[in-house]
Amino acid sequence: MAVLKVTFTKTKRDKLAQVLWILNWISVVTGAILFSLGIFLKVEINKRGELMAGRDIQYVPNMLIAVGLIACAINFLGGKICYDCVDSTKFLRWKLIMLPYIVCTFFFTFCVLVGALMCYGMHWELEESLDMGLTQAMRFYKDTDTPGRCFLKHTVDMLQIEFQCCGNNGYKDWFQIQWISNRYLDMSKKEVVDRLRSNVEGKYLTDGVPYSCCNINSPRPCIQQQITNNSAHFNYEHQTEELNLWMKGCRQALLESFTHIMRSIGFTVLITWLFELSVLTGVRYLQTSLENVLRQGDPNSDSCGWLLENSLMETARTNMSIIKSLGKSNQINTEYHPTNCRFFYENVSK
Amino acid sequence: MAVGKVTFTKAEREKLAEVLWLLNWISVVTGAILFGLGIFLKVEIQKWQEVMSEQGILYVPHMLITTGLAACGINYLGSKICLDCADTNKFLRWKLVMMPYIVCTFFFTACVLAGALLCYSIRGQLEESLYQGLRNAMRFYKDTDTPGRCYLKRTLDLLQIQFQCCGISGYRDWFQVQWISGRYLDMTDGAVVDRLRSNVEGKYLMDSVPFSCCSTISPRPCVQHRLSSASSDFSYDHQRQPLNLWRRGCGQALLDHYTGVMQSIGLTVLLIWLFELLVLTGVRYLQTAMENVLRLGDPESESDGWILEKSLAETACYNFDIIKNLGKCYQVDDDPNINVPSVAAELEVPSQQVQVQS
Repeated sequence: MAVLKVTFTKTKRDKLAQVLWILNWISVVTGAILFSLGIFLKVEINKRGELMAGRDIQYVPNMLIAVGLIACAINFLGGKICYDCVDSTKFLRWKLIMLPYIVCTFFFTFCVLVGALMCYGMHWELEESLDMGLTQAMRFYKDTDTPGRCFLKHTVDMLQIEFQCCGNNGYKDWFQIQWISNRYLDMSKKEVVDRLRSNVEGKYLTDGVPYSCCNINSPRPCIQQQITNNSAHFNYEHQTEELNLWMKGCRQALLESFTHIMRSIGFTVLITWLFELSVLTGVRYLQTSLENVLRQGDPNSDSCGWLLENSLMETARTNMSIIKSLGKSNQINTEYHPTNCRFFYENVSK
Repeated sequence: MAVGKVTFTKAEREKLAEVLWLLNWISVVTGAILFGLGIFLKVEIQKWQEVMSEQGILYVPHMLITTGLAACGINYLGSKICLDCADTNKFLRWKLVMMPYIVCTFFFTACVLAGALLCYSIRGQLEESLYQGLRNAMRFYKDTDTPGRCYLKRTLDLLQIQFQCCGISGYRDWFQVQWISGRYLDMTDGAVVDRLRSNVEGKYLMDSVPFSCCSTISPRPCVQHRLSSASSDFSYDHQRQPLNLWRRGCGQALLDHYTGVMQSIGLTVLLIWLFELLVLTGVRYLQTAMENVLRLGDPESESDGWILEKSLAETACYNFDIIKNLGKCYQVDDDPNINVPSVAAELEVPSQQVQVQS
């Protein structure tokens, strides 16, 4: 009742060991790739670190880095084991380690799958984090003289130029923020004072945007002030004018860029997971077939390999009872008391 | 009197052939690198082609590309030849080809050197081309509705943003061109008409610059209009606010960029040239050593190899004579089949008619 039983001749076993040795080395390379993908993602997130607030999404690249390093180590060990498995005498060296190794690798591949799913699931946390971060950055745009915030203007300008976007959801977000510092406002002018008094918080709000919102594809010189006032500019209608400023919001632009990166990385990790699973299956078959060879005694004979010795239900039951008896190991078990000879002889004869 | 004479034992000859085979394969790789460098330079020049007034400097990357391909071909053939040269019998196959091959490779390495020197000498032509091209681009900045020029605005804005520069030599260059199109000027406004009339050519000139001149590292929002009057914006004094606009001119920025690229490429090509020269010298030694072995008749004996059989002056005279004789090949002096009246012929006894006795 073994699960997926396959018979192996000696040559098939040798071939399997050799193939698994190569596959394990390829897996070391994929582990290194996983590690570098984690580093890449970490660098990309840190680049935009000033624009992300609140949520800590560093756990995704950290997990990828850890998983990559462990993959390299596990598959390196696996390569050594498979190399020795060609010869039954060398296999004896590894006999006791192999089952724990396979169990560990099984849980490890589970971690790889979790890592892949995290890449896809990071989307919502990222969106929230970007939303908060961008709002804050735009609010502190004017504070170029406050320590800790003096480069936010530069960061936001570079972001809008590079990603071809304006504001959080659109250019109108700039109308609700004072992005010109009071240091550059002439308080002696009446119109400036009027504007400051026109709202509750005393902020200097205009219908203008910073120059970095200007669209380079526009056929006319950029209009960045009095955007909603059609009469202030010749031959201009702000409702139909789409080429003057960048229309996309920066949150949307950044999110798209990161989602694209995350999807590619997630896909690569999934492929790596499938590959690791196939290597694990091969190692399990190799282990069981070599153990059966040792049990039979003849190194050149055929042997069976399987995934599980008994059916899935029985294996689960056996493992549960092992775990239970681990818990009971300190209790005194009267059933097998050596003075109870009648019980002992009855059990032996069965 | 041979130039650079070296004696080779049989083992040394075989070792030389093996080493040259390997070096020729490495030269194939360097030829591919040369080709790649040519492609890279071509792409870089074509990126900013619109701001260059003439496309003449494209011959530099074209030369690098052809030289790279030729290097791959020549060194591939060279590696085949050197592989066979270890064995005297196989060398006979290549015996007649080797001399022309070495001469061709010698001229080819001269081309590589010419390519390297071109990279360094192109600067003057590039400077002129860039300055003229930028002047045209600024003049046509406003013509976004004229076919053939509609993307000049976009190109110039991108250039100023990417290279962090403004104008040709500085931001004041924008004060002398009309960069706002007449389509966006309100001709009914008195101020506009006055400004148009204020200069001979009827251009709308202002002391303002486009938004792409704005510096991202400025602590204040960009001041792009009324730059020459100090009272325009509160607390703005254009003499003491160096960070507001990019200070560098785009001519200088582009020239520095391209000079840097070309100098690195030129250095790489020089190194490749030295390597090729080394390989050529080795092949020449191998060729002369193998020919001398054949002349001596004993494949196991030692033989001499050299760069030139006679001294440099004698070889030059000899080659010069060959070239002169090539030129004389149709002259009649030496051809015995042509009847040329000469002194000896006049002294001949006239032939008598033979009477046939019928």
